[in-house]
Amino acid sequence: MSKIRPDASWKELPEGGIIPEGGTSATFKTGDWRSERPVWNGESCIHCLTCWINCPDSSILVVDQKMTGIDYDHCKGCGICASVCPPKVNAITMVTE
Amino acid sequence: MSERILIEGNEAVALALKLIDPDVVAAYPITPATEVVQKFAEYVADGEVVTEFVAVESEHSAMSACIGASTAGGRVMTATSSQGLGLMWEMLYIAASLRRPITMAVANRALSGNINIHCDHSDTMGARDAGWIHLFSENTQEIFDNMIQAVRIAEHPDVRLPVMVCYDGFVISHAREVIESLSKEEVQSFVGKHKASLSLLDLEPKTVGPLDLQDYYFEHKRSQAEAYKAVPGVIEAVGQEFGKAFGRSYAQVEEYNMDGAEVALVALGSTNGTIKDVVDGMNESGKKVGLLKIRAFRPFPAELVRASLSKVKAVGVFDRSMTFGGWGNPLFTEIRSAMYGTSGNGCCCGPCIPILDRVYGLGGREISMAEIEQYADEVLAVAKGEQVELIDYIGVR
Repeated sequence: MSKIRPDASWKELPEGGIIPEGGTSATFKTGDWRSERPVWNGESCIHCLTCWINCPDSSILVVDQKMTGIDYDHCKGCGICASVCPPKVNAITMVTE
Repeated sequence: MSERILIEGNEAVALALKLIDPDVVAAYPITPATEVVQKFAEYVADGEVVTEFVAVESEHSAMSACIGASTAGGRVMTATSSQGLGLMWEMLYIAASLRRPITMAVANRALSGNINIHCDHSDTMGARDAGWIHLFSENTQEIFDNMIQAVRIAEHPDVRLPVMVCYDGFVISHAREVIESLSKEEVQSFVGKHKASLSLLDLEPKTVGPLDLQDYYFEHKRSQAEAYKAVPGVIEAVGQEFGKAFGRSYAQVEEYNMDGAEVALVALGSTNGTIKDVVDGMNESGKKVGLLKIRAFRPFPAELVRASLSKVKAVGVFDRSMTFGGWGNPLFTEIRSAMYGTSGNGCCCGPCIPILDRVYGLGGREISMAEIEQYADEVLAVAKGEQVELIDYIGVR
């Protein structure tokens, strides 16, 4: 099945609105819902990954068990990461968009 | 190998379920459909079916489980009535939108309040816009036959929509009638093997029920609307095939003594049986009254209705439910809409014959043959130019 194009007519859509592939939420950019952006300070981060465990949108980017940044295409700016970051570390701060 | 048996309406539904032997039945008992679930649970306990029976805690869960099981690729059936159907409401729309070919028996019962357990059509009329196919049954034989045909209609590759088989609560659900039953082999060969479409268990990943906003929702509804165009042809073809196999053919509508009729009565469900007797008597005394029985209410067979009713001078519609604050009641508005302004240019170019609406039988109120005859006489008088109330009631104090 080819990708469903944004200009597809009703005749081209799969029956029942069922998307015939998995993991399609990755292509749905929810980052523009955000009113506040988490800003990560890599120098003070201790890579405890508490933010990664708590992020409801899988937007904490991790490579080899180290945090590398934030996926702004999908982060909705809920602020949970900033709130769970250990107070002594305080590596994530929320900034108005 | 048909066998004549004496059976209650609900038991006939349970028997049809047993002979179909679906993969999953998820249901919650409710008066007057309780015996369907009770009897089918016996079949399950006695090992007479392979069905996975899911005893859920509510009708909302029953329909949710049906949608899940159907999406997993199973042949799925259930039964309910009245408040139970009401509790399923949001899931009814989802079943149809996801094109799940679920079959459901509905014993038509009044909706609260006040609390009433007896027959009228308020429950399924409330669900008329949910996207299900609605087949009404006149008697126990028809419920049994409709249940079996419903599986074929729902699962037809051009359709894949849920079907509700409606039958009048208590009037049919609890009445014993002699029907011609079928053997398991006959039913199995008629319904065939279930072929799931876009099933979760076919190992190809899928996303079912995704967020569908301004960008696609409208297109999905448009494509859903298209599916109903195939349904009339499939209902007719399955009804014919059923007739060839078992000797009882079915269509979307049934004309009774309409040849040469001056006026027509139109009704749904068991009242049609009573009307047929009245029509016979009136025809014998020279009154030209016919009956148009609507078997398929959704999709509404507008063209067949127009072709049939265009032959008469006046029409009397029986409505067993009400649209409060609407102009006329559910069956009447469908009939009027089918009959008038058919060219699409807005002018009144339909047959322009008087069509009356009478609400009757709410909450199980009996309708007598005398009342039906009186209404038919009124329609005959209207055909001769007499003025009467357009929308009124029969049998209310």
